[in-house]
Amino acid sequence: MRRRVLPGFGLSLGYALAYLGLIVLLPLAALAWKASGIGPHGLVRLLSAPRTLAALRLSIGGAVVAALFNVAIGLLVGWVLVRYRFPGRRLLDALVDLPFALPTAVAGIALSTLYSPNGWVGAFLEPFGIKVAYTRLGVFVAMVFVGFPFVVRTLQPVLASLEREVEEAAESLGARRWQTFFRVILPMLAPTLLTGFALAMARAVGEYGSVIFIAGNIPMHSEIAPLLIVQKLEEFDYAGAAALGAAMLLLSFVLLILVALLQRWSNRWAEVSQ
Amino acid sequence: MTLELFRLNRRFAGFHALNDVSLAIAPGEFVALLGPSGSGKTTLLRILAGLDYPDSGAALKDGEDFLATPARERRVGMVFQHYALFRHLTVVENIAFGLRVRPWRQRPSRAKIHERVDRLLARVQLEGLGGRYPSQLSGGQRQRVALARALAVEPDLLLLDEPFGALDAQVRVALRRWLRELHEELRLTTVFVTHDQEEALELADRVVVMNRGRIEQVGSPEVIYQQPATPFVCEFIGKVNRFAVRRTSVGWAAGGWMPEGDPWEGRFAGAVAYVRPEQLRLAVPATEPAWEARLRHIYLAGSIAHLELHVPSLDQVLEVDVASEDLSRLGLQPGMDLRLAPRSAVLFAQDPAGATLEHERWIWHERDRVHA
Repeated sequence: MRRRVLPGFGLSLGYALAYLGLIVLLPLAALAWKASGIGPHGLVRLLSAPRTLAALRLSIGGAVVAALFNVAIGLLVGWVLVRYRFPGRRLLDALVDLPFALPTAVAGIALSTLYSPNGWVGAFLEPFGIKVAYTRLGVFVAMVFVGFPFVVRTLQPVLASLEREVEEAAESLGARRWQTFFRVILPMLAPTLLTGFALAMARAVGEYGSVIFIAGNIPMHSEIAPLLIVQKLEEFDYAGAAALGAAMLLLSFVLLILVALLQRWSNRWAEVSQ
Repeated sequence: MTLELFRLNRRFAGFHALNDVSLAIAPGEFVALLGPSGSGKTTLLRILAGLDYPDSGAALKDGEDFLATPARERRVGMVFQHYALFRHLTVVENIAFGLRVRPWRQRPSRAKIHERVDRLLARVQLEGLGGRYPSQLSGGQRQRVALARALAVEPDLLLLDEPFGALDAQVRVALRRWLRELHEELRLTTVFVTHDQEEALELADRVVVMNRGRIEQVGSPEVIYQQPATPFVCEFIGKVNRFAVRRTSVGWAAGGWMPEGDPWEGRFAGAVAYVRPEQLRLAVPATEPAWEARLRHIYLAGSIAHLELHVPSLDQVLEVDVASEDLSRLGLQPGMDLRLAPRSAVLFAQDPAGATLEHERWIWHERDRVHA
């Protein structure tokens, strides 16, 4: 092996693997072990229950839609923060992190107060027949809130490193602004946007605290899968809770793999560099 | 196409990037904008490309207002200093970009685009590399992709910003020759920016020397080199020896050297003289006025040798370039005493306060010694 400036490959890798095993793999194994207690019949019954399916659909579907929304808005916010200099820019930049810092329950209560029919925003939407609090839309709003910083923060350094010259080259070659955006900027950002999407989605799938306050938790309508797990725990159905958890984990995992594959494809021009 | 620029001005915060710049560029000409950094050359190029706009002034292309045309309609091919290739596109896609973004009516067919890209790949000698991404190419190859991409849209005007700046010395020289040949073949009006005077003199039909937002001199490489218009051009182009010359009762003199003639007919008491290292003659016969000098160092640099001579009467060290074989022919050794005189010099008069007067120039040549 080549001599390196900083030695210690074996030691650091060993620690990294041991740590990952302890912190990530061990709980997952325990989850799988606990879930196996339910037995094949129980598992089929649990996962084919309409209430379970509706909750999974809402958790995962909602997370995907919320992450897509976050990608679009996050790109806009990141662009504004990186490209322009205006008074209050630093403050705005700091605000982006707020959803990270706020306890999720606080966020949930704040959101449901705002969006309830007599809340500041809710009262404004009510005349149009738009109900946010205690509906699926509320779940979506909470998921957007918690996932938002991920897209902006992953995007910012990449946006900052985009060369202005490349946009100028596109323009002088005859590209219109939208062509420069869709043919040059967006493809170059695609790998990063996908990373932000994956992070925001993963966060939203598992989100519990903020969602349950605004969702209303109506079974078959606005009940999310993590809430179902908590209910099972309260009924001392540990095996059922673990099985549902494992199912969520598997679905998220499949989604993340799909995103990773897409990301690899969109980043093919960087992967092949010598 | 003819390009005429009238009194262009461009100010950035506290900095005059272009100061009353006027210039005409003839069809098919190969023009170099030469100057140190901050001289405004890149600003001028960007204004031509439509990526920047002057605060005042006008630009006409074949008599039409060039500044009113947006960048994408100017039919200008721009090669950026760091190439600005689209790194997510292959070489072929990069070259085809300018054709593919055209409105549907003006866009060539797929087959036509393919054909033109193939032709350009051959022209820039990158056949077989069309499927690669920019990250898989060397600096010289990237440069040629950038050039092919700019040529693909069939521009009227080719602009190159420090085209060889980021390349290593060998590639630079090879690419330079190649670009010159390409220009001779295509006859495309070309303007390039460089801070390397050798590059400008070797490549361009006409060199525009810029300094602090102003044009110092415009001329062919020979004129720029042999008849520099201002002290700045003397000092910026090539190497040069500089020394003071004073008026005496018998004419102009500097140490033991006395240039014959006086274009100023008695005006001015002092002048500054510039002499190029290869314009200094060694071993001058004792019958002619010259400097007594001592050879201090010899720096052999391949085909030529740089000599450092101390001239006591000027109290100054002069640099002299000779062909390497002259070292042994003249038996040159450090410590030798030699007689030294210029073959030609450029003098600028100085006012009594000692300020150099740019417009009072005297290009002095030694009289023909053999027939005199």
